[in-house]
Amino acid sequence: MIVKEIQIAAYLFSSILFILSLGGLSSQESAKRGVFYGIIGMIIAVLATVLGQGVQGHVYIIAAIAVASVIGTLLARKVEMTSMPQLVAILHSFVGLAAVLVGFGSYLDPKTHALGSTEHTIHLVEVFIGVFIGAITFTGSIIAWGKLEGKIRSKPLLYPGRHAVNIVMLLACIVLGVMFTREHGTDGMMYLYIMTAIACFIGVMLVMAIGGADMPVVVSMLNSYSGWAASAAGFMLGNDLLIVTGALVGSSGAILSIIMCEAMNRSFISVILGGFGESSSTGEAQAMEGEVTAMNHEEVADLLKEAKSVVIVPGYGMAVAKAQYPIFEMVQVLRKAGKKVRFAIHPVAGRLPGHMNVLLAEANVPYDIVLEMDEINEDLPETDVVMVIGANDVVNPGAQDDPSSPIYGMPVIEAWKAEKVIVMKRSMSVGYAGVENPLFYKPNTEMLYGDAKVSVEKILSFLKA
Amino acid sequence: MKVGIPSEISANELRVAATPKTVKRLQKQGFDVYVQHNAGIKANFSDKEFEDAGAKLVHTAEEIYGKCDIVLKVKEPSIEEVSMMKEGLVMLSYLWPAQNKDLLQKLADKKVNAIAMDAIPRISRAQKMDVLSSMANIAGYRSVIEGSYHFGRFLNGQITAAGKVEPAKVLVIGAGVAGLAAIGAANSLGAIVRAFDTRKEVAEQIESMGAQFLTVEIEEDGATASGYSKEMSKEFIEAEMALFKAQAAEVDIIITTAQIPGREAPKLILDDHVAVMKPGSVIVDLAASTGGNCVLTKNGEVYTTPNGVTIVGKLNQLPSQASQLYGNNLCHLLDDMGKAEKFKIDMEDAVVSRAMVTYNGKINWPPQPLPVSPAKPKVAATVVTEDPKVVAERKNKKETTSMFVRLGVIGLMLLLLGKFAPSEFMQHFTVFVLSVFIGWQVIWNVSHSLHTPLMAVTNAISGIIIVGGLLQTTDDLSSPMTILAFVAILVASINIVGGFFVTHRMLKMFKK
Repeated sequence: MIVKEIQIAAYLFSSILFILSLGGLSSQESAKRGVFYGIIGMIIAVLATVLGQGVQGHVYIIAAIAVASVIGTLLARKVEMTSMPQLVAILHSFVGLAAVLVGFGSYLDPKTHALGSTEHTIHLVEVFIGVFIGAITFTGSIIAWGKLEGKIRSKPLLYPGRHAVNIVMLLACIVLGVMFTREHGTDGMMYLYIMTAIACFIGVMLVMAIGGADMPVVVSMLNSYSGWAASAAGFMLGNDLLIVTGALVGSSGAILSIIMCEAMNRSFISVILGGFGESSSTGEAQAMEGEVTAMNHEEVADLLKEAKSVVIVPGYGMAVAKAQYPIFEMVQVLRKAGKKVRFAIHPVAGRLPGHMNVLLAEANVPYDIVLEMDEINEDLPETDVVMVIGANDVVNPGAQDDPSSPIYGMPVIEAWKAEKVIVMKRSMSVGYAGVENPLFYKPNTEMLYGDAKVSVEKILSFLKA
Repeated sequence: MKVGIPSEISANELRVAATPKTVKRLQKQGFDVYVQHNAGIKANFSDKEFEDAGAKLVHTAEEIYGKCDIVLKVKEPSIEEVSMMKEGLVMLSYLWPAQNKDLLQKLADKKVNAIAMDAIPRISRAQKMDVLSSMANIAGYRSVIEGSYHFGRFLNGQITAAGKVEPAKVLVIGAGVAGLAAIGAANSLGAIVRAFDTRKEVAEQIESMGAQFLTVEIEEDGATASGYSKEMSKEFIEAEMALFKAQAAEVDIIITTAQIPGREAPKLILDDHVAVMKPGSVIVDLAASTGGNCVLTKNGEVYTTPNGVTIVGKLNQLPSQASQLYGNNLCHLLDDMGKAEKFKIDMEDAVVSRAMVTYNGKINWPPQPLPVSPAKPKVAATVVTEDPKVVAERKNKKETTSMFVRLGVIGLMLLLLGKFAPSEFMQHFTVFVLSVFIGWQVIWNVSHSLHTPLMAVTNAISGIIIVGGLLQTTDDLSSPMTILAFVAILVASINIVGGFFVTHRMLKMFKK
């Protein structure tokens, strides 16, 4: 049993550790230390809470943590790096669920009923908001998971008047909230139930309306929500540690969303309101000129043998095909032959911020040859071969020269400026943004159809031959 | 179709218009290649190498000029050479059409279709055939090597047991292809490099090659639509001269590359500049053949002035390298003209029509001007006319006002909140707002490549909600509150453990 002051000190200490943990992620070198800080912070926080005054049911607590640790370890160990977005999404939903449960628990807690009237009202508002955010995070994350996993169609679900419906639901929640705060004891339970149901529904509709191309934004947005949910729980329990940590996570998610939106040149609001992939302007898009020409693996290998400098632009297709290992093997072969090989990463390549970096790191690609879009664009005119592997929208020249394109204005990797572009793709189908790609029709572009992994392996065999 | 490569007759021309490698390429394009005996000898390519590459050897120039359909050459042909040419011959070589009017007339009279490789327009599509660029690249590189050879010290700075060596300072004047190549070479040898150019737009290119951009404090941009620089106003030149004088006293090697097409090279380094230079310093003048950028340059000579400054007016051409690049440029042009099978002189083509200085017995020079530098949008011009200071001030004022309004609103809201909310809530609220600010500051520093780990780690940390569950558990498992808390602890712990574990896994993979 530790006294309250010591508990507060411990909480402060873990808050500092959490901040250091996030700060550590500013560079690869310090990132590992950052995770270590985070773990220590978490252990201190849990111990300080459990050993604090008035905590009961230690047996259950230990049982729950033990079971959860096994599940968590298995999940994290099993997950493929390519399905990282799904894991992150599902973990967000857990936080949302926990926030809902804690909210209900706090409402049931007899201790809170003894509060003074203003304090009690404020507490009820906190419970209400906490549950609201938690429920949206919960169902929204599940839908996001479903979309990323391919269990739910990634096309945005749009119906007329959906904004009006959302506003009505939001207003209903506010009305319910006012009624809720007027009830005494646990009489307001019904309002809380109804609101939870509505919030769950809002969460579903919110993410259903967002197209697959915007998934990086959605995932970071849900990340932010899960933080705000934790913060709200902190308010209702009067616990500063929860408030601090929740706020850190919340602002982190918000910043990531902003970064992602900037990378796609779109306003945050329009992404949240959804419906991008179905943009009506595709009908008037520029007619495609030129012919699509294809190459076979041997020709690509010959082209690579001739080239002095090669830039690889990976996209989600690389992740799906798990092509990062053969790609790195190919890179090693080319580098040994004295060629300059680099990777160009678009900020929104993949389905999660930094997704490509993680995959390439998994395949042991040294990070000093992995460059950001801005770093590489000016070098592309002097590049002999650009290999676009499973990326589409991020190399779309329409973003620069076709004002009718829905992605017009989005910064893109200027692959077409290179001497030769090889686009590895499964078919001619459109990318996640649902936009035709004029790059494929350029005279210096050659297509190489097929699964990225199989294709790269074939090229590799010709390179070694 | 037959392509012929004659020997270069000029004694100081070491290059040859084809190498064994480009001979192979030409054959791939469908041409039969004829090479004159000993054509490549000065560039270190033996007849045997050419033969091995598939070329047929020919003993005299007459055979080349008389039998072949296309002749590839480096230097402009002499009068005798022109007299050997057959009618309808396509000839690719340097011609300097602006200076060689008589030669053009002779070629036209002979009905030779001559392409001046030095007149290839400098547009993006034609970069691969731009011999001026490829040769300038070599000259730039070589200028540093020769400058360093005549300079008696290391270029890079070193601290050794035998003492400290200061790095050499190199000034490159003119940041065209040659200048940029020189900057790159000097930089990679470890020298401190500075560069000057009248065109402001090249500042970025200069900096990207690792040099410091020197400029004069007069607003005038020397860029022209043709991609070359123009001559500048008197004031500008005076400021420029003052700058060079200050630099001359300081730097160890000066490399000048300023040339204006069809005219004598501008005089940039004057007597008094050379006079202030330190003994042992070197000037490499790449414009020596067109009169030199330095008034003291002697074309084709290397000599030392009385005050100990070596002036290099002659550069080794790196003949085998230069021949290779020149040959490639020619191959690219032939490739563009339809290779052997569909070979065609297309006077509609922007490149061919401008480089084809004689066609069907007529002189086709000078060509239409063709702008290459991307036209600047008009908008930029109007912005410039407005005094940027005023604009900035106005903007600043506007921002200040809106900031005050915003701060006022926020303050008012906080005041209202403080009036009604209990003090405990206010304390928590303080903590909350400050944490948001901390989070905001910390997260912007996170490296782009670590966004996925960041998300996983914040995910794990948001499992802190476990604390809520922990506080709500009671010993009574039948109470709904305990059940809720139990589940909350369970899911939150999965989150914590899973999140940290997976972050750790990811970070383990990042390596340099």
